[in-house]
Amino acid sequence: MVATPADKNAVKKTKVAGAGKGKVTKKGRQGNRRNYDLGCGVYRFSRTRMYHKKALWKFMGKKTKKTEKPKKKVTVVKEIKGEKNGGKRTVFLKKRTKLYPTTNKVNRHPSKKCFSDHKRRLRRSLQPGKIVIILAGLHKGKRAVLLKALPSGLLLITGPFTLNGVPLRRIHPNFVISTATSIDVAKVRGLKALNDKYFKRVKAKRVKKDNQDLFAQKKEQYKPSEQRKIDQKNVDKQVLKAISKRKGEAGMLRKYLCTMFGFRSSQYPHRMKF
Amino acid sequence: MPFKRFVETGRIALISDGQHKGKLAAIVDVINQTRALIDGPETGVPRHDIRLNQLHLTKFRIKFPFTAGTRVVRKAWKDSKVNEQWSQSMWARKVEAKKKRLELTDFDRFKLNHARSIRNKLRTTAYLHLKRLSRKKKAAGKDDAKKGAKPAKKAAAPKKAK
Repeated sequence: MVATPADKNAVKKTKVAGAGKGKVTKKGRQGNRRNYDLGCGVYRFSRTRMYHKKALWKFMGKKTKKTEKPKKKVTVVKEIKGEKNGGKRTVFLKKRTKLYPTTNKVNRHPSKKCFSDHKRRLRRSLQPGKIVIILAGLHKGKRAVLLKALPSGLLLITGPFTLNGVPLRRIHPNFVISTATSIDVAKVRGLKALNDKYFKRVKAKRVKKDNQDLFAQKKEQYKPSEQRKIDQKNVDKQVLKAISKRKGEAGMLRKYLCTMFGFRSSQYPHRMKF
Repeated sequence: MPFKRFVETGRIALISDGQHKGKLAAIVDVINQTRALIDGPETGVPRHDIRLNQLHLTKFRIKFPFTAGTRVVRKAWKDSKVNEQWSQSMWARKVEAKKKRLELTDFDRFKLNHARSIRNKLRTTAYLHLKRLSRKKKAAGKDDAKKGAKPAKKAAAPKKAK
């Protein structure tokens, strides 16, 4: 996973702390650090060298006086009236507790975060409009257009369906390679309704046992609803329009989306740019 | 076959490994069996020693005295136009092509393949056309057909793809 900007800051900070010779751009420290780790815990300058460099001899044998803080009063002497009461009593300013618990206090743990509450981090390369290569599932090897990232951490993609048969569907970012090519999908409308709830699987209702034979019943095959077909057409139309706006490349882009991805001999994904 | 390129003073070599990978340098001095002193004033290689297995010897050689200073090397380098000669060589062009191929994105690769397939189609049609012609010729003059000369495998102006 690629770090988000917030993450990067954290990395920077740790770098600053551990950096030897590296320039420190943050406010706290200016310039290079004088003494740094050469590796294996060996430092560039020895302790005596640093002693002279820092001119510590100036401060040897000198003692700065401790500033004495005025002590706060803990008790107060109070007069007590009445006979046989001793006349005076020292009383704590802060009353001591009367009760001590007999059992340990139970700490309340903050409620655990559910998966749905997790913060989603996306690779920076996965921006809306990018053309992605699908690596897993029914459509593996196909190229598709990334429309947006959903709150569940999944990506919303479309083929477009007319080009390569990839419908509007969600896919996990791990199962996708993002390419350098992208299409402007900022103006595509009707994506708001396409949320996680929209794609949620509809569970078939349980059939009562006594009515029908369990084994006789068949699983119903998935069929896209009319609403989905309408949305598919609507989105694809806009995406195809965005593709056609790429002058000189529109036809190529369309062919590109139509063809499957694959490796030739002596091509390795870790050595290639996408 | 005798060797033609030697580790010798003035031999231009391509650095194949290390910090200055991919740069040209001239051998100034041979230190021992495995190391040499190199200098590349025109290519940004400082004068330093290097292991011979980090060098690829080229066919170029410039003339300067053994252990010559950087100034002398630079002059010899400029006079013999090493950079120019190198950039024209097949080797340099292949290096350049390799670099270009590495930088291709997925879409670029697709475009390249597409152009290539178009070229190949043109080529095969041209080839088949020539083949058919020659066969017709053969049929026309059967007496001469004892040794059927194979049609020249010539591409019809191969379209340069990228």
